[in-house]
Amino acid sequence: MERMYLAIVLCPLIAALVAGLFGRQIGRSGAHTITILGVGASFMMSLLVLKDQWLDGAAAFNGAVYTWAVVDGITMDVGFLVDRLTALMMVVVTSVSLMVHVYTIGYMHDDPGYQRFFSYISLFTFAMLMLVMANNFLQLFFGWEAVGLVSYLLIGFWYTRPTAIFANMKAFLVNRVGDFGFILGIALILMATGSLDYATVFAKAPEVTNQTIEVWSGTPWSVMTVACILLFVGAMGKSAQMPLHVWLPDSMEGPTPISALIHAATMVTAGVFMVARMSPLFEYSETALSVVLVIGATTALFTGFLGVVQNDIKRVVAYSTLSQLGYMTAALGASAYAAGVFHLMTHAFFKALLFLAAGSVIIAMHHEQDIRKMGGLRKYLPVTWLTSLVGTLSLIGFPGFSGFFSKDALIEAVGHAGRAGATYAWWCLLIGVFVTALYSFRMYFLVFHGQERMDAETKAHLHESPWVVTVPLVLLAIPSVIIGWPTIQPVVFGDYFGSAIVVQEANDVLGELAGEFHGPWAYILHAFSAPVPYLALAGALTAWYVYLRNPGVAEAIRQRVQWLYALLMNKYYFDDFNQKVLARGSVGIGNVFWRVGDVLIIDGGLVNGSARVVSWASQVTRQLQSGYLYHYAFAMVIGLAVLVGWLLMGA
Amino acid sequence: MVTLSHYLTLSALLFAISVAGIFLNRKNVIVLLMCVELLLLAVNFNFIAFSRYLDDPAGQVFVFFILTVAAAESAIGLAILVVLFRSRRSINVQELDVLKG
Repeated sequence: MERMYLAIVLCPLIAALVAGLFGRQIGRSGAHTITILGVGASFMMSLLVLKDQWLDGAAAFNGAVYTWAVVDGITMDVGFLVDRLTALMMVVVTSVSLMVHVYTIGYMHDDPGYQRFFSYISLFTFAMLMLVMANNFLQLFFGWEAVGLVSYLLIGFWYTRPTAIFANMKAFLVNRVGDFGFILGIALILMATGSLDYATVFAKAPEVTNQTIEVWSGTPWSVMTVACILLFVGAMGKSAQMPLHVWLPDSMEGPTPISALIHAATMVTAGVFMVARMSPLFEYSETALSVVLVIGATTALFTGFLGVVQNDIKRVVAYSTLSQLGYMTAALGASAYAAGVFHLMTHAFFKALLFLAAGSVIIAMHHEQDIRKMGGLRKYLPVTWLTSLVGTLSLIGFPGFSGFFSKDALIEAVGHAGRAGATYAWWCLLIGVFVTALYSFRMYFLVFHGQERMDAETKAHLHESPWVVTVPLVLLAIPSVIIGWPTIQPVVFGDYFGSAIVVQEANDVLGELAGEFHGPWAYILHAFSAPVPYLALAGALTAWYVYLRNPGVAEAIRQRVQWLYALLMNKYYFDDFNQKVLARGSVGIGNVFWRVGDVLIIDGGLVNGSARVVSWASQVTRQLQSGYLYHYAFAMVIGLAVLVGWLLMGA
Repeated sequence: MVTLSHYLTLSALLFAISVAGIFLNRKNVIVLLMCVELLLLAVNFNFIAFSRYLDDPAGQVFVFFILTVAAAESAIGLAILVVLFRSRRSINVQELDVLKG
């Protein structure tokens, strides 16, 4: 198996290198053939790994492939930890990646950067696999940074657009804030346990619990709490949790396939995966879990509101991604790691589907993304319409769809959590259900139903996208509907994860709920005794009434609550705050350092200053050099007199 | 009675006059040369006075040497002066400041 793990990782890397370095020689079809082959091979092998782990019950593999360096007893390995959590992530990553590869053939058909694009997304697949398969923090960090790099490259894929460049810089910089916390967390763990290897660190976790550290003098903190919060700061950057969420909506400047792959299905869930992977550590810190819970719930609700006022089709989906990431994070905070990862999986499918469907709409509309200029597309794009409907229903948690199982399990788990902030989180998530349904169906109705608001020129050219676009949509729609049925029992309530995820007895909310679980059918029926499906229905009906039945209402509401509308349109002024306070503040501080430190002290004081002192001294001394003999003679006589006088006096 | 200290005083006075001549003279290089000669004579005075006082002829021998050297030196000095005048058309001390830094 070990060779296969290596092959899973290396196939996309080799494909990426070939497509990237020899793109011109192998041509367009060569580039997409080799990358699809590479990712396809990885996908097949990942399925084998999943089968091996799940159905055959193989033991988790944990081993180093290569020792990169040994520094002062700390081993830095390249190694794989393949257990059931990893296997699940590998299948999700490679399957969505494969779909996106195929879809890209259609979406990027006319783009001059065709080969480059395929090279990047294959490279991304490699980096993401390295991240999920890591067995030590260093490799995790490598994968973490590598996916960040590819994300940066792909957001700025159309590098001639100033907005794209702004967006990719923003994504990169905001992620630096998160990664700063992340690497500090890794450093703290290394300091506390003396190892980077997961297994060693997890084994030492109970000892570390009692250690304290003074972050600032006088207040001892539990090392575990500080380390977990720092690691979570990294997750906040990568998984776009408030207040580090600002980069994700802007990342929509990139081509749609990568919005689906990187900014919806896989990379942004890396933070969720990481926290689940670190569950043996997080379980020892109640405080850190409360932080995770509150931040996740806040993100889930408040970014959902923003989705309601957006008019760009991709941004609506982006805000919905933020909101769903908040749901996953909240589940992690409630110690329901399995539910979080389960939602991660279902979300990967239906959100990738929604993004790719949005991309299909964008192709049909000739790169018009404003949903106010769409409408009635149902009859022109039948496949896209149906698959979008499936994705939307899954997203809002329509009973029976995969999103229903994951979201319902997650909300119930948070409701049962006894942690500080759990009640707040539960309310946030409940209201979030309504908001999710509202913005999802708002977009759905505005795009596919109602009046046709596009211009005649666009309308004449409307037609369904080619098969390379629709086939991935259909293939993603299938798991979006059914994946919940066979998996909810083992993954959420069973022991699918085994020892991959550690939950302490007292925190085991899912274990508590498992007693009430009697198969998916009973679960659906049971759900109707809770407010969740009614809230979703109410959201959908509200959207139907406001945007389809009686469009005047939306405008009237907007007029009525102008201040709220302004607040939402400006995204709670996060961007303004970042631009005006943080960005301008940094520029200001930089200016001060430049003027004082550089110009004044170094240039003025040290460099020019020393030159000026020499110049001044020589100005003075050259006055002595008059050139007149009698001055020199006088100096000689004075000198002689002083010397003789000194000799006589001194003696 | 003329004692040693009278001679020494005279010699010191001559020396002081010649030094002052060197310093204060702003016009003529010839005066400078003359002052240097006077300087040497003041030293010679000392030699002779001490030679008599200590009854040691070596001092007087020294004076002969110094006179010879002084004669040679003024010959060279005047020669330089002539060349200087030819090239610069002036022997004004004020204008001779090529040593200036």
